[in-house]
Amino acid sequence: MKLNFKFFTIKRHLRDKLANSWMLICLSFVIIMPLVIGIGLIYKSGPLLRENSLSSLLFSSDWRPMSGHFGLLTFIVSSVWVTVLALLIAGPICLLSSIHLTQYAQPYVLKIMHPVIDILAGIPSVIYGVWGILLIVPFVSHDLAPFFGMQSSGYCLLSGAIVLAIMIIPFILNILIEVFKTIPNELSEASLSLGATKWQTIKFVLVKKAFPGIISAFGLGISRAFGETIAVLMVTGNVTKIPTGAFQSGYPLPALIANNYGEMLSIPLYDSALMLSALVLFVIVLIFNGLSRIFIMRVEKNT
Amino acid sequence: MSDFRFIEEKIFRVIMFISTAVIALALLLILASILYKGLPAISWEMLSQTPSGGFYFGKHGGILNAIIGSAYLSIGATALAFCVGLPVALYMNVHLAKRKKLINMIRFFLDLLWGVPSIVYGAFGFGIMIFLGIRTSLLAGIVTVTIFIIPIMVRGMDEVLKTVPRGLLEASLSLGSTKSETAYRVFFKQGFAGLITAFLLSFGRAIGDAASVLFTAGYTDSIPTSLMQPTATLPLSIFFQLSSPIEEVRVRAYASAVVLTLFILFISLLSRYTSKRYQKNKIQF
Amino acid sequence: MEEKPKIRVRDLNIHIGKQHILKNVNVDIPQNKVTVILGPSGCGKTTLLKSMNRLTDLYPEVKVSGNIFIGEEDILHTTTNITEIRKRMGLLSQRPYPLPMSIFNNIAYGLRISGRIQKKTLNTRVEHYLRQANLWDEVCDRLKDPASALSIGQQQRLCLARGLSVDPEIILADEPTSALDPISSDVIEKKFIDLKENYTVVLVTHILRQARRIADNVIFMYMGEVIEQGTAEEIFENPKEERTKQYLRGTFN
Repeated sequence: MKLNFKFFTIKRHLRDKLANSWMLICLSFVIIMPLVIGIGLIYKSGPLLRENSLSSLLFSSDWRPMSGHFGLLTFIVSSVWVTVLALLIAGPICLLSSIHLTQYAQPYVLKIMHPVIDILAGIPSVIYGVWGILLIVPFVSHDLAPFFGMQSSGYCLLSGAIVLAIMIIPFILNILIEVFKTIPNELSEASLSLGATKWQTIKFVLVKKAFPGIISAFGLGISRAFGETIAVLMVTGNVTKIPTGAFQSGYPLPALIANNYGEMLSIPLYDSALMLSALVLFVIVLIFNGLSRIFIMRVEKNT
Repeated sequence: MSDFRFIEEKIFRVIMFISTAVIALALLLILASILYKGLPAISWEMLSQTPSGGFYFGKHGGILNAIIGSAYLSIGATALAFCVGLPVALYMNVHLAKRKKLINMIRFFLDLLWGVPSIVYGAFGFGIMIFLGIRTSLLAGIVTVTIFIIPIMVRGMDEVLKTVPRGLLEASLSLGSTKSETAYRVFFKQGFAGLITAFLLSFGRAIGDAASVLFTAGYTDSIPTSLMQPTATLPLSIFFQLSSPIEEVRVRAYASAVVLTLFILFISLLSRYTSKRYQKNKIQF
Repeated sequence: MEEKPKIRVRDLNIHIGKQHILKNVNVDIPQNKVTVILGPSGCGKTTLLKSMNRLTDLYPEVKVSGNIFIGEEDILHTTTNITEIRKRMGLLSQRPYPLPMSIFNNIAYGLRISGRIQKKTLNTRVEHYLRQANLWDEVCDRLKDPASALSIGQQQRLCLARGLSVDPEIILADEPTSALDPISSDVIEKKFIDLKENYTVVLVTHILRQARRIADNVIFMYMGEVIEQGTAEEIFENPKEERTKQYLRGTFN
């Protein structure tokens, strides 16, 4: 019996050790992952960077892989266009809707909207792309462009931005609802008892109080929009030319990577150029994401 | 003056209501247009067969290869991510429970990882594959998707485990359990329904993502029989079929989109159900 | 007693969800006096105070019935705009909630929203109210700083100045000293005694000694009911109800 007991404690001890070390291994794996990705991408884009300076690659629009010219400017400009347009569409909608849901609407409306937001967030990118082709592209080409006196195939930056806007709405809206919910009721009470109307209270006090949170939510929205691939690829047209208007086709950075993986091994330095694109994407997204989160953490600490 | 204040409020209330309605309407439009276009094209043949000769010119066959491929890939990736993610989430909330600063650092890192676009994971995975000399395969796809969904799963579980009352941790430790026993016996049980919700959400992510498997899992018309073979996936099959100039093929893309959408909706409903269960089971202190 | 009460509450009932928070409350609050609503926490004091300002409107789950007369007007059943009614009352809450703007703008806010005002008058008005709250000397050289940079005690005095800025007739204060240090509490308490010259003050508190120090009139509440009300002398020296006696002796429950 005694022996048995001892055996049992040894086994328990061993099992505990195993469990602990597995936990630690997993944790360190997760933590070093961003570093590994960053270093991996830098390493793979090394060959191209040895022959060209980074700025000449980022600020040149000369994209001729066959003759070794890999200027990324066209793609970066396209990405910025779609992202900014998407935020211009999604931002106001999210802000207004979050105010409506937290300040005016009956509780049941929020109960309905929660699953709506969840489902929107869960729909895969490719489905958004299909929807974009089915509805948004014809709408832009037949209705929106003629309305502004333009001609467009519909496969353009604006279509990409509309689809992207719907994709980032659940993301931004969720954060904004949380932001408005955490503002103490007493603050509204203080403003109301000074004779402000509800709308004045929202406009001058609540939005101001929520401002840092709103900025962070938009920042996170930008980082989400910037890296979105398949849906944008499907509706923006993919033309290698610097776009100058919302109704023109564009070629965002993620689409470039996705479209050319097939050829990239057959042309010298091509794979290196695509890895550099991925690196640029990675860095931009990290910066926006990181800054927004640091910003929101600072604010939470202060209150 | 005061009249103007109320007119302004009224106008804004209307705009705000419209904004909310637009969001709900967008979801309805997405679901309606996909179902409208795709439902008529769904047939038993499409769901039960792999592509046969001439499939990509509108001839016979189905997308069974993509359905099975996606199932293999996402089940594999979610299971793998669970094996890595659960210990991390438990470790954070049991072993590191007292080190608030460190936990917040880890959460920050995870949130950063969550924000990284899936195409970057795809490109990174592809880089590693070239480095190791592996070809596109089910295995490479699973590994890439696993890395991609780990932060999603860990943060999801972390949010659940965060709410387990601290008293429970102290009670369990004072009864002589070790920390890892507490983690796996007490915290795991206490948060079970919530953990399942996090698992399901990650599964939905895994099955729906196209950009990360584009380079890594490849595409093939047959159902993979080993981990080293390439595999088709549903999102990619939609993507490829839709870019075809032939109408019959494009219609099949819509039908495939219906399959994927219904699947995602099912997962979404299921996870709502489990998260409700979780809210109910939670012990209040 | 010859003067008509400033606020008359008649048959006020308030439900929150299924809970009955206030039960048939009838209360008279005289003009230019400090009336203290006294009672253990959770007895409905704050709810009574907020219903006088109709801040109960903010919460859809709160159901109110009865009458509250301010002067001659029943504010629960009136066609007068609610913002006009609220402007007649200044509110001071348990913890200071400065608006997310500068010290200056915290005071200027109430003045600005009720209409156009000249910059010069605005400056003098702001100074006037800050002086009234004994805050001017401490903040006069940093009016542009955010209000959150002030200490809690200073913030609460800022909130008092802010409440005075819209020229209310009544000041509603909900345990305004509970988050403050003794010195700031003292300033606020003394201020209330000064203020009753021109204002009607309603103060909610559970601190017996504070009530003894400043009350002219006392309303004692327990479990959503008004147990006893009268002048401070009557209640403190000669309480009629057993529960009031117990509470004053500190042997409650």
